[in-house]
Amino acid sequence: MTARLFDKVWDRHVVASPAGEPALLFIDLHLVHEVTSPQAFEGLELAGRKVRRPDLTLATMDHDVPTIGLDKPIADPLAAEQIERLKRNCAEHGVTLHALGSIEQGIVHVIGPQLGLTQPGMTIVCGDSHTSTHGAFGALAFGIGTSEVEHVLATQTLRQVKPKAMAVTVDGELPPECTAKDLVLGIIRALGVGGGAGSVIEYRGEAIRKLSMEGRMTVCNMSIEGGARAGMIAPDDTTIAYLEGRKHSPRGQEWERAVADWQSLVTDEGAVFDQEITIDAGAVRPAITWGTNPAQSVSIDDVIPEPSAQGSVAARQAAERALTYMNLKPGTAIRDVSVDAVFIGSCTNGRIEDLRAAADVVRGRKVHAGVRALVVPGSARVKAQAEEEGLDQHFTAAGFEWRSAGCSMCLGMNGDILMPGQRSASTSNRNFEGRQGPGGRTHLVSPAVAAATAVAGHFTLPGDLS
Amino acid sequence: MSGVKRIAGRGVAVQRSDVDTDQIIPAAWLKKVERTGFGAGLFEAWRADPQFALNQPGADQARVLLSGPNFGCGSSREHAVWALQDYGFQAVVAPSFADIFRGNAIGSGLVPAQVSEEAAARMFDALAADPDSEVVVDVAARTVSVGPGVTETFELADYAQWRLLEGLDDIGLTLQHEDAIAAYEGQRNRWLPALSG
Repeated sequence: MTARLFDKVWDRHVVASPAGEPALLFIDLHLVHEVTSPQAFEGLELAGRKVRRPDLTLATMDHDVPTIGLDKPIADPLAAEQIERLKRNCAEHGVTLHALGSIEQGIVHVIGPQLGLTQPGMTIVCGDSHTSTHGAFGALAFGIGTSEVEHVLATQTLRQVKPKAMAVTVDGELPPECTAKDLVLGIIRALGVGGGAGSVIEYRGEAIRKLSMEGRMTVCNMSIEGGARAGMIAPDDTTIAYLEGRKHSPRGQEWERAVADWQSLVTDEGAVFDQEITIDAGAVRPAITWGTNPAQSVSIDDVIPEPSAQGSVAARQAAERALTYMNLKPGTAIRDVSVDAVFIGSCTNGRIEDLRAAADVVRGRKVHAGVRALVVPGSARVKAQAEEEGLDQHFTAAGFEWRSAGCSMCLGMNGDILMPGQRSASTSNRNFEGRQGPGGRTHLVSPAVAAATAVAGHFTLPGDLS
Repeated sequence: MSGVKRIAGRGVAVQRSDVDTDQIIPAAWLKKVERTGFGAGLFEAWRADPQFALNQPGADQARVLLSGPNFGCGSSREHAVWALQDYGFQAVVAPSFADIFRGNAIGSGLVPAQVSEEAAARMFDALAADPDSEVVVDVAARTVSVGPGVTETFELADYAQWRLLEGLDDIGLTLQHEDAIAAYEGQRNRWLPALSG
């Protein structure tokens, strides 16, 4: 009997399969943050229940924390209360909390892998849709709502109908100027913004195998932008090398056992997927979104598309609305579109490799006059590492603001926002209307393109800079 | 949570595809620590447009929202469901739903009624022709009707239907499997990570 990676991870977590009900899945790691947990803890307390497994629960603060002036009280009273509530809830229920100011604080999807808590074959959930990031390690990881957060706190399980399995095979080799971000934007363009609904995607093929763990995390992170429940990549030597020696990685004999187990977590030869798509990595180009959902992207060499070129009536109407919102005219070269702001960070592209790629571009250059440029490391450790490598010096010398870790302008909860009508080049994951602030216009790009765009003041590639 | 069997009232049509949760409830609203009071933030940006569906007469009395495919895509925020409910909606009818939104809706007692594209088109037309039409969502029969002329069936998994009809507490149901959970916990691989608390 052949099995897919997804089946292998799913099967080993089924606690019970009551007739006529979804399966009960055990959850190996529950990540918690300040925004989607207060109502869950409240519900738990109202029902007189406890956190079943505080040892499998980790909390941090990321969504609405300030990224500047950490030595001062939090100015936003609502954010301050939410953060206080998380502290109180974690203290009362014995949940480990990496609070603001701790070296382990950061975006929840950056700190899990960094601590070695994200391991192959695990089930990982969080009240955040980008939990799919952790699938880069061959874990089954997905976002849940607050009622489900409460369910996991109380039972360490979730009721889940088994999704379908989709394979996205990326053959060949990415061109040197292309990154994991360009690849995943291309995949989402091919899939459509809802094309992955009901499915767990396994990313496979030569180009995926060649990605670093950071790149794999970028790809899996954006699975949800194609509507998929989760994304997964089978563990291999790259995964094992990344995990060795991390704080929560197994040691000694347990490491040997774990590695042997992880190596079995591959899709068997001949296993069939419910749906398969194939992407030619060699045809990927640096990608940039022009619209208001992540599937609406083109190559940097292209022009803003005509809505009439869209396939269906609905897609045409959506494109027309998007272009109106984005204040863009069809036929305009992408390179001629100028920006007001550049944001480098987020759970998609806020890891050390991303900051290195951006710093390489800005080294010895200046941010274009009138452009506001921010770098927000994904975690306090990423920030410290970047400072050790001197990356912060390149950014600040160029005119970037060098911030502390958090979600920041990815979703604009903490005051790092675009003003109405402003346009950004952003390394984040969503270009929805108003995502980075009411009336703001977001274009999703890779860290290298974001950095080059900050210098030029309009969309461009690093290779175009003089 | 009480069960929901039949919903009857005004309908509102937001005829767009891929309505994302950032539109349903913008992130600035997520700083609240309660489950209530999100209705004022529902479709906050779109409501600035006087032509928007929620700004039409009677919209504040609506019980059923009709929308396009992939409704609720984007973030996992259950606040999107709470905002729809706080405004007064008890069901959303659409050709498809994003996975997390659908789960959140069922968990909170908002009916996600999935209809075919053709059925959705007939309902949009009927509601446009007579915005005062009564829209009825019958959870037991899995039908939705707009006025006397249009009745369509919708998809809803058996388990989800049962949950909605009975208003069941998922956690209570799961805790009936306490023995199985404890047995599972006893045989997990020893290398799996744990926090010291």
